[in-house]
Amino acid sequence: MRKFSFHPCGNYHESYREELSIFETDFGRACLLLFLIVLFVVVPVFASPYSMYILNTIGIMAIAAIGLNILVGYTGQISLGHGAFFGVGAYAAAILATRLGVSFLVVIPAAGIITAAVGMIFGLPSGRLKGLYLTIATLAGQFIIEYVLIQWDSLTMGTMGIVLPAPKILQWTISGNQAFFFLIFISLILMTLFAVNIMRTKYGRAFIAIRDNDRAAEGMGIPIFKYKLFSFGISSFYAGFAGALWAYYMVSITTEPFNLGLSVEFIAMVIIGGMGNIPGAIFGATFITLLNELLRYFTVMLMNIDFIISWGLNMAPLKEFVFGLAIVMFILLEPRGLAELWRIIRSSFKLWPFSY
Amino acid sequence: MDFFLQLLVNGICVGLLYGISAMGFVMIFKSSSVLNFAHGELLALGAFFFLALITSAKLPIAVAFFVTLIGCFMLGFLIEKFFLRPLIGEKLIFVIMLTVGLAAMFKGFILLIWGGNLHTYPTFLSESMSLTFGPIYIAPVYTATMVISVVFLVIFGLFFKKSSQGIYMRSVADNQKAALSLGVRVRRVFAISWGIAALVASMSGIVLGIMNGVNVHDLSSIGLKVFPVVILGGLDSIGGAIIGGIIIGLLETFTGGYLSPSLRDVVPYIVLVFILLVKPYGLFGLVEIERV
Repeated sequence: MRKFSFHPCGNYHESYREELSIFETDFGRACLLLFLIVLFVVVPVFASPYSMYILNTIGIMAIAAIGLNILVGYTGQISLGHGAFFGVGAYAAAILATRLGVSFLVVIPAAGIITAAVGMIFGLPSGRLKGLYLTIATLAGQFIIEYVLIQWDSLTMGTMGIVLPAPKILQWTISGNQAFFFLIFISLILMTLFAVNIMRTKYGRAFIAIRDNDRAAEGMGIPIFKYKLFSFGISSFYAGFAGALWAYYMVSITTEPFNLGLSVEFIAMVIIGGMGNIPGAIFGATFITLLNELLRYFTVMLMNIDFIISWGLNMAPLKEFVFGLAIVMFILLEPRGLAELWRIIRSSFKLWPFSY
Repeated sequence: MDFFLQLLVNGICVGLLYGISAMGFVMIFKSSSVLNFAHGELLALGAFFFLALITSAKLPIAVAFFVTLIGCFMLGFLIEKFFLRPLIGEKLIFVIMLTVGLAAMFKGFILLIWGGNLHTYPTFLSESMSLTFGPIYIAPVYTATMVISVVFLVIFGLFFKKSSQGIYMRSVADNQKAALSLGVRVRRVFAISWGIAALVASMSGIVLGIMNGVNVHDLSSIGLKVFPVVILGGLDSIGGAIIGGIIIGLLETFTGGYLSPSLRDVVPYIVLVFILLVKPYGLFGLVEIERV
């Protein structure tokens, strides 16, 4: 039965197949289609270069956040090393493109696979550790990778950085915000589709089982270690993929951005967006990126106000303060994140306009 | 040989500092099993509070020291009450991220008020506290550090062994539910242990500040270096924190002296990964055997 209702008034599933469906109603499908049309047709025409830049950043961060959500939200393993994994992807892409001259279409997935391998190495402790011990192990991973990126001069050029060639698909050279917009958002859609669908397979169910109760999962015959490693692999693949896109988009990369702060931002995206929710990761990436940009704008604005200058106050750290406050407030007030807020808004339309 | 001995002494002194920095961390973990990522910022808050009291308010050193300790005790108490209490029983990631968020807030706050520059305390430790054994010279700060860490170890040892509050804390750490059913006020224990931890943190922040100058970035990076120390010593062992601190301090100074200075900062984390793989509960930690 095709349903075109706004939002179902209750749970009317008649088979397990329906339970697994991505869209509950055709209305949701239509809305998404409409949104995508607006995104790809209207936005690139009217958006200013600056807003295109923000959109592209959101797209890249969203890919990485979706990956981290598979690990944190669905498998229940915490990684504080995703900033470094993102950096590994960026450097893998830069080195493949400049040293070996590999074509762009090969570089991006290859960077993802290299990062997946690195991520699985740092996921190895998950075989013996869980919870906070694993968190600390990934924290160590973050520092070790950062050190290697800075010190392995012959490969990564150290603090000098690497300049990447413009990506080419056949004869078409991708450059400028508009072209990257299509590249990034098509990748984002493909990666989202992959993530949504992997959660409906046996792998996704195994991840969720491990998250909910690892001992019970083991008892039901799920080889926990294998699946944890697999989850680390997929999640780092996403991080590496996003990192490679970022490297091409930024043209030149240095080791500086891939620090613990970036890892924390990724986790903040997952938590603020909503753990265990794929669209949530996209919401979270949007929220954090917009927050960063807004705060940057406000601090610059505040620094131009006369009496603040006369106080001799430096307003730049306000950004860090508000960022921390946002994380704390979300955890205390809405731990299930923006995805939950979105669900509440939608379901308040359930019986609209006759709610009683 | 002289070089070796000097490195040995420096390593032990740096290690003692790591050890006392880690003590507050262990205290929180022991009573409430919260992994505190804001520890470095607590160190920095204590150090800056002390700085403000002696330079802006011009209080005498001893008074300023006690006011700082009391202020930080209150701060720890309030952090527990407003931020961590709502999260009791929540998932680990929320607790961890909450402390990460608090760390960002504190760091932003300190930077907003004092800026990111290096501040120094006026010197108040007299040169007569320095020790010289032949070619080896121990600066007054190090002597003070050793004295303070020994004093605090003894005080905490007695506190946990003899005082009723200390025994409550140990009982909560051992088994929360059993302690609750026997009438221990678990909430108060959590609040007090956060208070004490913040107090210890502020004290170590002051000592670190005397030695290296007061700088937010340095102090908060020490908050991250606490992790290898406590993992090596065992997450719930206060004596282990000191010994772990000394081992990590020695490791750092010897790597810096003999191998390469750049490797110095990353060696503790490399060791950390190996310890986690081989002996995750550290040297003196309580072993909870669970196969996953």
